[in-house]
Amino acid sequence: MSAALAVEGLTVGYAGAPVLDGLALAVAPGEVVALLGANGAGKTTLLRALSGLTAPRAGRVLLDGADLSDLSVEDRARRGLAQVPEGRSVVTELTVDENLHLGALWCHPGRAARRVAVARTYDLFEPLARRRSSLGHQLSGGERQMLALGRALLARPRVLLLDEPSLGLAPRVVSQLMGVLRATARETGLTVLLAEQNVTSALSIADRGVVLSLGAVVVDAPAAELADDPALRHAYLGF
Amino acid sequence: MDRLVFLLATGLARGLVVALFALSLVIVWRAARLVNFAQAAVATVAVFAAFAVTGATGSFWAGLAAALLTGAAVNAAVERGLVRRVPQGSPLPGMIVAIGLVMVLQSALGIAFGPRHRPMAAPFDERPFVVGGVPLLSPYDLFVLTVALALVGLLAWLFNGTTLGLQLRASAAAPEVSRLLGVRVPRMVTLGWALSGAVAALAALLLVPTELGLNAHSADLLFVHAFTVAVLGGLDSPTGALIGGVLVGVLVSLVTGYLGAGVAPLAVLALLTLVLLVRPAGIFAAAQVRAA
Ligand SMILES: Nc1ncnc2c1ncn2[C@@H]1O[C@H](COP(=O)(O)OP(=O)(O)OP(=O)(O)O)[C@@H](O)[C@H]1O
Ligand SMILES: [Mg+2]
Repeated sequence: MSAALAVEGLTVGYAGAPVLDGLALAVAPGEVVALLGANGAGKTTLLRALSGLTAPRAGRVLLDGADLSDLSVEDRARRGLAQVPEGRSVVTELTVDENLHLGALWCHPGRAARRVAVARTYDLFEPLARRRSSLGHQLSGGERQMLALGRALLARPRVLLLDEPSLGLAPRVVSQLMGVLRATARETGLTVLLAEQNVTSALSIADRGVVLSLGAVVVDAPAAELADDPALRHAYLGF
Repeated sequence: MDRLVFLLATGLARGLVVALFALSLVIVWRAARLVNFAQAAVATVAVFAAFAVTGATGSFWAGLAAALLTGAAVNAAVERGLVRRVPQGSPLPGMIVAIGLVMVLQSALGIAFGPRHRPMAAPFDERPFVVGGVPLLSPYDLFVLTVALALVGLLAWLFNGTTLGLQLRASAAAPEVSRLLGVRVPRMVTLGWALSGAVAALAALLLVPTELGLNAHSADLLFVHAFTVAVLGGLDSPTGALIGGVLVGVLVSLVTGYLGAGVAPLAVLALLTLVLLVRPAGIFAAAQVRAA
Protein backbone atom coordinates (compact mmCIF):
# COMPACT_ATOMS: atom_id res chain seq x y z
CA MET A 1 0.00 0.00 0.00
CA SER A 2 1.40 3.40 -0.91
CA ALA A 3 1.92 5.87 1.90
CA ALA A 4 -0.36 8.91 2.26
CA LEU A 5 2.69 10.94 3.19
CA ALA A 6 6.27 9.97 2.45
CA VAL A 7 9.50 11.83 3.11
CA GLU A 8 12.73 10.78 1.39
CA GLY A 9 16.23 12.00 2.19
CA LEU A 10 14.97 15.32 3.54
CA THR A 11 17.74 17.73 4.50
CA VAL A 12 16.73 21.09 5.92
CA GLY A 13 18.91 23.71 7.56
CA TYR A 14 19.06 27.37 8.33
CA ALA A 15 22.53 28.93 8.50
CA GLY A 16 24.95 26.27 9.76
CA ALA A 17 24.70 22.51 10.13
CA PRO A 18 21.44 20.99 8.89
CA VAL A 19 18.60 20.54 11.39
CA LEU A 20 17.25 17.54 9.49
CA ASP A 21 19.78 15.36 7.74
CA GLY A 22 18.50 12.90 5.17
CA LEU A 23 15.32 12.20 7.10
CA ALA A 24 12.99 9.44 5.89
CA LEU A 25 9.44 8.83 7.08
CA ALA A 26 6.27 7.21 5.76
CA VAL A 27 2.75 7.58 7.12
CA ALA A 28 0.03 5.17 5.96
CA PRO A 29 -3.43 6.37 4.97
CA GLY A 30 -5.62 6.86 8.06
CA GLU A 31 -2.69 6.51 10.40
CA VAL A 32 -2.12 8.88 13.34
CA VAL A 33 1.58 9.34 14.00
CA ALA A 34 2.98 11.20 17.00
CA LEU A 35 6.13 13.18 16.15
CA LEU A 36 8.21 13.43 19.32
CA GLY A 37 11.55 14.92 20.24
CA ALA A 38 13.23 17.31 22.63
CA ASN A 39 13.03 21.09 22.22
CA GLY A 40 14.97 22.03 19.13
CA ALA A 41 14.95 18.50 17.70
CA GLY A 42 13.43 19.79 14.46
CA LYS A 43 9.73 18.92 14.68
CA THR A 44 8.57 22.36 13.58
CA THR A 45 11.25 22.44 10.90
CA LEU A 46 10.01 19.12 9.52
CA LEU A 47 6.36 20.22 9.41
CA ARG A 48 7.27 23.53 7.76
CA ALA A 49 9.31 21.71 5.12
CA LEU A 50 6.38 19.36 4.46
CA SER A 51 3.93 22.21 3.88
CA GLY A 52 6.47 24.15 1.83
CA LEU A 53 6.97 27.09 4.20
CA THR A 54 10.66 26.22 4.52
CA ALA A 55 12.57 25.11 1.43
CA PRO A 56 14.67 21.95 1.95
CA ARG A 57 18.27 21.66 0.78
CA ALA A 58 17.61 18.17 -0.54
CA GLY A 59 15.02 15.43 -0.51
CA ARG A 60 11.44 14.88 -1.56
CA VAL A 61 7.98 15.01 -0.01
CA LEU A 62 5.31 12.78 -1.54
CA LEU A 63 1.57 13.07 -1.00
CA ASP A 64 -0.20 9.89 -2.13
CA GLY A 65 2.85 9.11 -4.20
CA ALA A 66 2.93 12.49 -5.96
CA ASP A 67 6.04 14.62 -5.57
CA LEU A 68 5.24 17.99 -4.01
CA SER A 69 8.67 19.56 -4.49
CA ASP A 70 7.64 21.99 -7.21
CA LEU A 71 4.36 23.03 -5.61
CA SER A 72 3.84 26.25 -3.68
CA VAL A 73 2.47 26.28 -0.14
CA GLU A 74 -1.01 27.16 -1.38
CA ASP A 75 -1.02 24.44 -4.03
CA ARG A 76 0.03 21.83 -1.46
CA ALA A 77 -2.87 23.00 0.71
CA ARG A 78 -5.26 22.63 -2.22
CA ARG A 79 -3.93 19.11 -2.86
CA GLY A 80 -5.06 18.14 0.65
CA LEU A 81 -2.08 18.86 2.87
CA ALA A 82 -3.26 20.96 5.82
CA GLN A 83 -1.08 22.40 8.54
CA VAL A 84 -2.00 23.95 11.86
CA PRO A 85 1.22 25.82 12.61
CA GLU A 86 2.89 26.33 15.96
CA GLY A 87 1.22 28.93 18.15
CA ARG A 88 -2.36 30.01 17.74
CA SER A 89 -2.64 30.47 14.05
CA VAL A 90 -5.91 32.36 14.03
CA VAL A 91 -6.18 35.40 11.79
CA THR A 92 -6.75 37.79 14.66
CA GLU A 93 -8.17 40.62 12.50
CA LEU A 94 -10.96 38.38 11.21
CA THR A 95 -13.99 37.10 13.11
CA VAL A 96 -14.41 33.44 14.03
CA ASP A 97 -16.94 33.07 11.24
CA GLU A 98 -14.63 34.69 8.69
CA ASN A 99 -11.73 32.47 9.77
CA LEU A 100 -13.88 29.40 9.20
CA HIS A 101 -15.18 30.62 5.84
CA LEU A 102 -11.59 31.21 4.79
CA GLY A 103 -10.80 27.59 5.61
CA ALA A 104 -13.82 26.39 3.65
CA LEU A 105 -13.19 28.64 0.67
CA TRP A 106 -11.69 26.52 -2.02
CA CYS A 107 -13.03 23.07 -1.22
CA HIS A 108 -16.66 24.10 -0.68
CA PRO A 109 -17.54 26.15 -3.74
CA GLY A 110 -20.71 28.16 -3.34
CA ARG A 111 -21.99 30.26 -0.48
CA ALA A 112 -24.65 27.75 0.60
CA ALA A 113 -22.24 24.82 0.74
CA ARG A 114 -19.80 26.86 2.80
CA ARG A 115 -22.49 27.85 5.26
CA VAL A 116 -23.46 24.20 5.77
CA ALA A 117 -19.83 23.14 6.24
CA VAL A 118 -19.19 25.94 8.73
CA ALA A 119 -22.36 25.06 10.64
CA ARG A 120 -21.05 21.49 11.04
CA THR A 121 -17.85 22.90 12.54
CA TYR A 122 -19.90 24.83 15.09
CA ASP A 123 -21.60 21.55 16.04
CA LEU A 124 -18.21 19.95 16.52
CA PHE A 125 -16.79 22.81 18.60
CA GLU A 126 -19.69 24.28 20.51
CA PRO A 127 -17.77 27.07 22.29
CA LEU A 128 -17.02 28.56 18.86
CA ALA A 129 -20.70 28.86 17.98
CA ARG A 130 -21.19 31.36 20.81
CA ARG A 131 -18.24 33.46 19.60
CA ARG A 132 -18.91 33.45 15.90
CA SER A 133 -18.79 37.23 15.49
CA SER A 134 -15.90 37.79 17.91
CA LEU A 135 -12.58 38.85 16.43
CA GLY A 136 -9.76 36.30 16.59
CA HIS A 137 -7.79 38.29 19.13
CA GLN A 138 -10.71 38.23 21.57
CA LEU A 139 -10.62 34.43 21.91
CA SER A 140 -9.05 32.40 24.68
CA GLY A 141 -6.15 30.09 23.90
CA GLY A 142 -8.36 27.02 23.88
CA GLU A 143 -10.91 28.69 21.61
CA ARG A 144 -8.16 29.70 19.22
CA GLN A 145 -6.80 26.18 19.02
CA MET A 146 -10.32 24.83 18.39
CA LEU A 147 -10.75 27.44 15.68
CA ALA A 148 -7.42 26.56 14.06
CA LEU A 149 -8.25 22.84 14.10
CA GLY A 150 -11.85 23.32 12.95
CA ARG A 151 -10.68 25.60 10.14
CA ALA A 152 -8.07 23.06 8.98
CA LEU A 153 -10.64 20.24 8.98
CA LEU A 154 -13.06 22.35 6.90
CA ALA A 155 -10.73 21.96 3.93
CA ARG A 156 -11.30 18.17 4.15
CA PRO A 157 -7.56 17.48 4.06
CA ARG A 158 -6.01 14.17 3.15
CA VAL A 159 -3.11 14.70 5.55
CA LEU A 160 -3.19 16.98 8.60
CA LEU A 161 0.01 18.31 10.17
CA LEU A 162 -0.35 19.66 13.71
CA ASP A 163 2.36 21.51 15.60
CA GLU A 164 1.92 21.30 19.38
CA PRO A 165 -1.82 21.86 19.56
CA SER A 166 -1.79 21.23 23.33
CA LEU A 167 0.62 24.08 24.09
CA GLY A 168 -0.65 26.07 27.06
CA LEU A 169 -4.06 24.44 27.18
CA ALA A 170 -5.91 22.95 30.16
CA PRO A 171 -5.92 19.11 30.26
CA ARG A 172 -9.67 19.00 29.65
CA VAL A 173 -9.36 21.07 26.46
CA VAL A 174 -6.39 18.96 25.34
CA SER A 175 -8.34 15.74 25.70
CA GLN A 176 -11.29 17.28 23.86
CA LEU A 177 -9.06 18.27 20.93
CA MET A 178 -7.35 14.88 20.90
CA GLY A 179 -10.76 13.21 20.96
CA VAL A 180 -11.92 15.14 17.92
CA LEU A 181 -8.71 14.25 16.11
CA ARG A 182 -8.99 10.56 16.90
CA ALA A 183 -12.65 10.44 15.90
CA THR A 184 -12.05 12.33 12.65
CA ALA A 185 -9.18 10.05 11.71
CA ARG A 186 -11.29 6.98 12.39
CA GLU A 187 -14.41 8.23 10.60
CA THR A 188 -12.88 9.91 7.56
CA GLY A 189 -9.57 8.12 7.11
CA LEU A 190 -7.69 11.36 7.76
CA THR A 191 -3.95 10.88 8.10
CA VAL A 192 -2.39 12.82 10.98
CA LEU A 193 1.16 13.78 11.84
CA LEU A 194 1.07 15.26 15.33
CA ALA A 195 4.14 17.03 16.74
CA GLU A 196 3.87 17.18 20.50
CA GLN A 197 5.78 17.84 23.70
CA ASN A 198 2.81 16.41 25.54
CA VAL A 199 3.98 12.83 24.94
CA THR A 200 1.30 11.10 26.98
CA SER A 201 -1.62 12.80 25.23
CA ALA A 202 -0.10 12.35 21.80
CA LEU A 203 0.64 8.65 22.32
CA SER A 204 -2.84 8.09 23.75
CA ILE A 205 -4.43 8.78 20.36
CA ALA A 206 -1.57 7.81 18.04
CA ASP A 207 -1.09 4.48 16.26
CA ARG A 208 2.63 4.98 16.08
CA GLY A 209 5.27 7.25 17.55
CA VAL A 210 8.48 8.48 15.93
CA VAL A 211 11.23 10.25 17.83
CA LEU A 212 13.43 12.85 16.17
CA SER A 213 16.97 13.36 17.40
CA LEU A 214 20.07 14.85 15.79
CA GLY A 215 18.34 15.33 12.47
CA ALA A 216 16.94 11.86 11.94
CA VAL A 217 14.25 9.44 13.11
CA VAL A 218 15.86 7.43 15.91
CA VAL A 219 12.83 5.52 17.17
CA ASP A 220 9.83 4.32 15.20
CA ALA A 221 7.50 2.11 17.19
CA PRO A 222 3.82 1.41 17.91
CA ALA A 223 2.42 4.03 20.27
CA ALA A 224 1.49 1.56 22.97
CA GLU A 225 5.01 0.15 23.04
CA LEU A 226 6.56 3.61 23.32
CA ALA A 227 4.20 4.63 26.07
CA ASP A 228 5.20 1.59 28.14
CA ASP A 229 8.95 1.81 27.67
CA PRO A 230 10.47 4.04 30.37
CA ALA A 231 14.05 3.50 29.17
CA LEU A 232 13.19 4.77 25.71
CA ARG A 233 11.27 7.73 27.04
CA HIS A 234 14.13 8.58 29.33
CA ALA A 235 16.76 8.37 26.60
CA TYR A 236 15.05 10.54 24.02
CA LEU A 237 12.29 12.49 25.67
CA GLY A 238 13.90 13.37 28.98
CA PHE A 239 11.46 11.93 31.49
CA MET B 1 -21.19 83.47 6.52
CA ASP B 2 -22.01 82.83 2.84
CA ARG B 3 -18.34 82.48 2.19
CA LEU B 4 -17.95 79.96 5.02
CA VAL B 5 -20.76 77.79 3.63
CA PHE B 6 -19.19 77.91 0.17
CA LEU B 7 -15.73 77.04 1.47
CA LEU B 8 -17.07 74.16 3.56
CA ALA B 9 -19.00 72.77 0.59
CA THR B 10 -16.07 72.90 -1.83
CA GLY B 11 -13.79 71.65 0.95
CA LEU B 12 -16.01 68.59 1.26
CA ALA B 13 -15.70 67.79 -2.45
CA ARG B 14 -11.95 68.33 -2.41
CA GLY B 15 -11.67 66.40 0.84
CA LEU B 16 -13.32 63.34 -0.66
CA VAL B 17 -10.74 63.34 -3.44
CA VAL B 18 -7.97 63.51 -0.84
CA ALA B 19 -9.77 60.74 1.06
CA LEU B 20 -9.83 58.54 -2.06
CA PHE B 21 -6.12 59.04 -2.58
CA ALA B 22 -5.46 58.33 1.11
CA LEU B 23 -7.61 55.20 0.77
CA SER B 24 -5.37 54.09 -2.08
CA LEU B 25 -2.34 54.46 0.23
CA VAL B 26 -4.16 52.45 2.91
CA ILE B 27 -4.90 49.67 0.41
CA VAL B 28 -1.20 49.27 -0.54
CA TRP B 29 -0.18 49.54 3.08
CA ARG B 30 -2.53 46.73 4.04
CA ALA B 31 -1.44 44.54 1.14
CA ALA B 32 2.31 45.11 1.35
CA ARG B 33 3.08 47.02 4.57
CA LEU B 34 4.81 49.87 2.81
CA VAL B 35 4.02 53.45 1.89
CA ASN B 36 3.97 53.71 -1.87
CA PHE B 37 5.76 57.01 -2.39
CA ALA B 38 5.38 56.51 -6.15
CA GLN B 39 1.58 56.62 -5.96
CA ALA B 40 1.35 60.26 -7.17
CA ALA B 41 3.71 59.64 -10.10
CA VAL B 42 1.78 56.51 -11.10
CA ALA B 43 -1.52 58.39 -10.83
CA THR B 44 -0.12 61.19 -13.00
CA VAL B 45 0.93 58.69 -15.67
CA ALA B 46 -2.64 57.38 -15.56
CA VAL B 47 -4.09 60.88 -15.98
CA PHE B 48 -1.81 61.45 -18.99
CA ALA B 49 -3.27 58.25 -20.44
CA ALA B 50 -6.77 59.60 -19.80
CA PHE B 51 -5.78 62.91 -21.41
CA ALA B 52 -4.54 61.13 -24.53
CA VAL B 53 -7.57 58.84 -24.79
CA THR B 54 -10.07 61.65 -24.20
CA GLY B 55 -8.21 63.76 -26.76
CA ALA B 56 -8.36 60.97 -29.33
CA THR B 57 -11.93 59.82 -28.74
CA GLY B 58 -13.59 62.97 -27.43
CA SER B 59 -15.09 60.92 -24.61
CA PHE B 60 -14.40 61.74 -20.96
CA TRP B 61 -15.61 58.26 -19.99
CA ALA B 62 -13.16 56.47 -22.28
CA GLY B 63 -10.43 58.57 -20.67
CA LEU B 64 -11.67 57.60 -17.21
CA ALA B 65 -11.53 53.91 -18.12
CA ALA B 66 -8.00 54.42 -19.48
CA ALA B 67 -6.91 56.08 -16.24
CA LEU B 68 -8.29 53.23 -14.11
CA LEU B 69 -6.65 50.56 -16.28
CA THR B 70 -3.32 52.39 -16.49
CA GLY B 71 -3.19 53.03 -12.74
CA ALA B 72 -3.93 49.35 -12.04
CA ALA B 73 -1.51 48.03 -14.66
CA VAL B 74 1.39 50.28 -13.70
CA ASN B 75 1.05 49.50 -10.01
CA ALA B 76 0.78 45.76 -10.68
CA ALA B 77 3.92 45.97 -12.83
CA VAL B 78 5.73 47.93 -10.11
CA GLU B 79 4.88 45.23 -7.57
CA ARG B 80 5.74 42.27 -9.80
CA GLY B 81 8.77 43.82 -11.45
CA LEU B 82 10.39 45.82 -8.66
CA VAL B 83 9.02 45.62 -5.15
CA ARG B 84 8.79 41.82 -5.11
CA ARG B 85 12.46 41.58 -6.06
CA VAL B 86 13.90 43.60 -3.17
CA PRO B 87 14.57 42.10 0.29
CA GLN B 88 11.26 41.59 2.10
CA GLY B 89 12.34 41.56 5.75
CA SER B 90 11.94 45.29 6.31
CA PRO B 91 9.66 47.86 4.63
CA LEU B 92 12.57 50.18 3.84
CA PRO B 93 13.94 48.66 0.58
CA GLY B 94 10.48 48.70 -1.02
CA MET B 95 9.92 52.32 -0.04
CA ILE B 96 13.34 53.33 -1.39
CA VAL B 97 12.53 51.63 -4.69
CA ALA B 98 9.24 53.57 -4.77
CA ILE B 99 11.05 56.87 -4.21
CA GLY B 100 13.47 56.03 -7.03
CA LEU B 101 10.50 55.26 -9.24
CA VAL B 102 9.04 58.73 -8.57
CA MET B 103 12.16 60.30 -10.07
CA VAL B 104 12.15 57.97 -13.08
CA LEU B 105 8.45 58.47 -13.88
CA GLN B 106 8.40 62.21 -13.31
CA SER B 107 11.57 62.76 -15.36
CA ALA B 108 10.16 60.62 -18.15
CA LEU B 109 6.90 62.60 -18.15
CA GLY B 110 8.89 65.86 -18.06
CA ILE B 111 11.05 64.81 -21.00
CA ALA B 112 8.08 63.57 -23.00
CA PHE B 113 5.60 66.36 -22.33
CA GLY B 114 7.61 69.35 -21.05
CA PRO B 115 6.90 71.42 -17.98
CA ARG B 116 3.82 73.29 -19.16
CA HIS B 117 0.38 72.67 -17.69
CA ARG B 118 -2.08 71.19 -20.14
CA PRO B 119 -5.59 72.40 -19.35
CA MET B 120 -8.03 69.54 -18.79
CA ALA B 121 -11.71 70.22 -19.17
CA ALA B 122 -14.11 69.01 -16.52
CA PRO B 123 -16.94 66.87 -17.90
CA PHE B 124 -19.49 69.04 -16.05
CA ASP B 125 -19.92 72.75 -15.39
CA GLU B 126 -17.62 74.10 -12.69
CA ARG B 127 -19.67 77.20 -11.83
CA PRO B 128 -21.44 76.72 -8.51
CA PHE B 129 -25.20 76.63 -8.14
CA VAL B 130 -26.44 79.68 -6.28
CA VAL B 131 -29.07 78.86 -3.67
CA GLY B 132 -30.78 81.88 -2.10
CA GLY B 133 -27.87 84.13 -3.04
CA VAL B 134 -25.27 81.73 -1.56
CA PRO B 135 -22.94 79.97 -4.01
CA LEU B 136 -22.74 76.26 -3.18
CA LEU B 137 -21.44 73.22 -5.06
CA SER B 138 -20.93 73.14 -8.80
CA PRO B 139 -22.30 70.31 -10.95
CA TYR B 140 -18.71 69.04 -11.20
CA ASP B 141 -18.39 69.06 -7.40
CA LEU B 142 -21.59 67.00 -7.22
CA PHE B 143 -20.15 64.60 -9.78
CA VAL B 144 -16.97 64.25 -7.69
CA LEU B 145 -18.98 63.65 -4.52
CA THR B 146 -21.12 61.02 -6.21
CA VAL B 147 -18.19 59.16 -7.76
CA ALA B 148 -16.15 59.27 -4.56
CA LEU B 149 -19.00 58.02 -2.37
CA ALA B 150 -19.91 55.32 -4.89
CA LEU B 151 -16.31 54.12 -4.96
CA VAL B 152 -16.08 54.07 -1.17
CA GLY B 153 -19.27 51.99 -1.08
CA LEU B 154 -17.91 49.65 -3.75
CA LEU B 155 -14.63 49.16 -1.88
CA ALA B 156 -16.45 48.52 1.41
CA TRP B 157 -18.55 45.87 -0.33
CA LEU B 158 -15.52 44.33 -2.04
CA PHE B 159 -13.50 44.03 1.16
CA ASN B 160 -16.29 43.07 3.56
CA GLY B 161 -18.92 41.39 1.43
CA THR B 162 -17.06 39.15 -1.00
CA THR B 163 -14.82 36.10 -0.71
CA LEU B 164 -12.16 37.96 -2.70
CA GLY B 165 -12.20 40.69 -0.04
CA LEU B 166 -11.96 38.06 2.69
CA GLN B 167 -8.84 36.68 1.00
CA LEU B 168 -7.38 40.17 0.54
CA ARG B 169 -7.87 40.97 4.23
CA ALA B 170 -6.55 37.59 5.40
CA SER B 171 -3.46 37.83 3.16
CA ALA B 172 -2.69 41.29 4.50
CA ALA B 173 -3.11 40.29 8.13
CA ALA B 174 -1.54 36.82 8.15
CA PRO B 175 0.17 35.84 4.88
CA GLU B 176 1.66 32.58 6.09
CA VAL B 177 -1.55 31.24 7.65
CA SER B 178 -3.49 32.32 4.57
CA ARG B 179 -1.16 30.39 2.28
CA LEU B 180 -1.59 27.30 4.45
CA LEU B 181 -5.33 27.65 3.84
CA GLY B 182 -4.81 27.68 0.08
CA VAL B 183 -5.10 31.45 -0.48
CA ARG B 184 -2.89 32.61 -3.35
CA VAL B 185 -1.24 35.34 -1.32
CA PRO B 186 1.23 36.62 -3.96
CA ARG B 187 -1.70 37.15 -6.31
CA MET B 188 -3.64 38.96 -3.59
CA VAL B 189 -0.71 41.31 -2.98
CA THR B 190 -0.52 42.17 -6.69
CA LEU B 191 -4.28 42.66 -6.75
CA GLY B 192 -4.04 45.04 -3.78
CA TRP B 193 -1.45 47.11 -5.65
CA ALA B 194 -3.55 47.16 -8.81
CA LEU B 195 -6.69 48.17 -6.93
CA SER B 196 -4.82 50.91 -5.16
CA GLY B 197 -3.37 52.19 -8.45
CA ALA B 198 -6.85 52.43 -9.96
CA VAL B 199 -8.22 54.32 -6.94
CA ALA B 200 -5.27 56.75 -6.95
CA ALA B 201 -5.67 57.32 -10.70
CA LEU B 202 -9.35 58.13 -10.24
CA ALA B 203 -8.61 60.58 -7.44
CA ALA B 204 -5.99 62.37 -9.53
CA LEU B 205 -8.29 62.43 -12.54
CA LEU B 206 -11.05 64.04 -10.49
CA LEU B 207 -8.63 66.62 -9.09
CA VAL B 208 -6.76 67.83 -12.18
CA PRO B 209 -9.64 69.73 -13.89
CA THR B 210 -10.03 71.86 -10.74
CA GLU B 211 -6.34 72.80 -10.74
CA LEU B 212 -3.97 74.54 -13.12
CA GLY B 213 -3.88 71.62 -15.51
CA LEU B 214 -1.87 68.50 -16.19
CA ASN B 215 1.89 68.19 -15.89
CA ALA B 216 4.33 65.74 -14.32
CA HIS B 217 3.76 67.19 -10.83
CA SER B 218 -0.02 67.56 -10.91
CA ALA B 219 -0.64 65.01 -8.15
CA ASP B 220 2.30 65.88 -5.88
CA LEU B 221 0.34 68.09 -3.52
CA LEU B 222 -2.50 65.56 -3.49
CA PHE B 223 0.01 62.96 -2.32
CA VAL B 224 1.26 65.23 0.47
CA HIS B 225 -2.31 65.84 1.63
CA ALA B 226 -3.27 62.18 1.38
CA PHE B 227 -0.10 61.06 3.14
CA THR B 228 -0.90 63.46 5.97
CA VAL B 229 -4.37 61.97 6.13
CA ALA B 230 -3.08 58.42 6.11
CA VAL B 231 -0.72 59.18 8.98
CA LEU B 232 -3.46 61.07 10.79
CA GLY B 233 -6.05 58.32 10.45
CA GLY B 234 -3.66 55.40 10.72
CA LEU B 235 -2.35 53.68 7.62
CA ASP B 236 -4.37 50.60 8.48
CA SER B 237 -7.73 52.31 8.71
CA PRO B 238 -10.01 52.96 5.73
CA THR B 239 -12.41 54.84 8.01
CA GLY B 240 -9.53 56.99 9.25
CA ALA B 241 -8.62 57.81 5.64
CA LEU B 242 -12.18 58.90 4.89
CA ILE B 243 -12.65 61.10 7.93
CA GLY B 244 -9.12 62.49 7.77
CA GLY B 245 -9.49 63.22 4.06
CA VAL B 246 -12.60 65.29 4.56
CA LEU B 247 -10.96 67.16 7.48
CA VAL B 248 -7.85 68.00 5.47
CA GLY B 249 -9.95 69.01 2.45
CA VAL B 250 -11.98 71.40 4.57
CA LEU B 251 -8.82 72.74 6.24
CA VAL B 252 -7.21 73.44 2.86
CA SER B 253 -10.38 75.07 1.59
CA LEU B 254 -10.73 77.34 4.64
CA VAL B 255 -7.07 78.34 4.72
CA THR B 256 -7.10 79.01 0.97
CA GLY B 257 -10.28 81.03 1.24
CA TYR B 258 -9.32 83.17 4.21
CA LEU B 259 -5.51 83.33 4.07
CA GLY B 260 -4.65 82.63 0.43
CA ALA B 261 -3.69 79.62 -1.67
CA GLY B 262 0.00 79.98 -0.84
CA VAL B 263 -0.61 79.27 2.85
CA ALA B 264 -2.56 76.03 2.33
CA PRO B 265 0.44 73.70 1.76
CA LEU B 266 2.08 75.22 4.86
CA ALA B 267 -1.03 74.50 6.90
CA VAL B 268 -1.03 70.88 5.76
CA LEU B 269 2.69 70.45 6.46
CA ALA B 270 2.18 72.02 9.90
CA LEU B 271 -0.58 69.48 10.55
CA LEU B 272 1.65 66.61 9.38
CA THR B 273 4.49 67.80 11.63
CA LEU B 274 2.11 68.09 14.54
CA VAL B 275 0.79 64.56 14.00
CA LEU B 276 4.29 63.13 13.79
CA LEU B 277 5.27 65.02 16.96
CA VAL B 278 2.28 63.67 18.85
CA ARG B 279 2.73 60.18 17.40
CA PRO B 280 6.51 60.00 17.07
CA ALA B 281 6.44 56.30 16.25
CA GLY B 282 4.19 57.44 13.41
CA ILE B 283 3.69 55.19 10.46
CA PHE B 284 6.33 52.64 11.31
CA ALA B 285 4.75 51.64 14.61
CA ALA B 286 2.01 49.77 12.79
CA ALA B 287 4.51 47.59 10.93
CA GLN B 288 5.14 45.61 14.09
CA VAL B 289 1.61 44.31 14.62
CA ARG B 290 1.50 42.06 11.57
CA ALA B 291 1.42 38.39 12.55
CA ALA B 292 2.91 35.50 10.60
N1 LIG C 1 14.17 30.42 11.42
C1 LIG C 1 15.23 29.79 11.98
N2 LIG C 1 16.47 30.26 11.76
C2 LIG C 1 17.55 29.63 12.29
N3 LIG C 1 17.48 28.53 13.05
C3 LIG C 1 16.27 28.02 13.31
C4 LIG C 1 15.08 28.61 12.79
N4 LIG C 1 14.01 27.89 13.20
C5 LIG C 1 14.53 26.89 13.96
N5 LIG C 1 15.86 26.95 14.02
C6 LIG C 1 16.74 26.00 14.73
O1 LIG C 1 16.47 24.72 14.24
C7 LIG C 1 16.46 23.76 15.28
C8 LIG C 1 15.15 23.00 15.26
O2 LIG C 1 14.11 23.89 15.61
P1 LIG C 1 12.57 23.46 15.57
O3 LIG C 1 11.78 24.68 15.84
O4 LIG C 1 12.32 22.70 14.36
O5 LIG C 1 12.51 22.49 16.84
P2 LIG C 1 11.25 21.82 17.52
O6 LIG C 1 11.52 20.37 17.56
O7 LIG C 1 10.01 22.28 16.89
O8 LIG C 1 11.37 22.41 19.00
P3 LIG C 1 10.20 22.78 20.03
O9 LIG C 1 9.76 21.53 20.66
O10 LIG C 1 10.91 23.67 21.02
O11 LIG C 1 9.14 23.50 19.29
C9 LIG C 1 16.72 24.53 16.56
O12 LIG C 1 18.07 24.39 16.90
C10 LIG C 1 16.42 25.96 16.20
O13 LIG C 1 17.23 26.82 16.93
MG1 LIG D 1 8.40 23.39 17.50
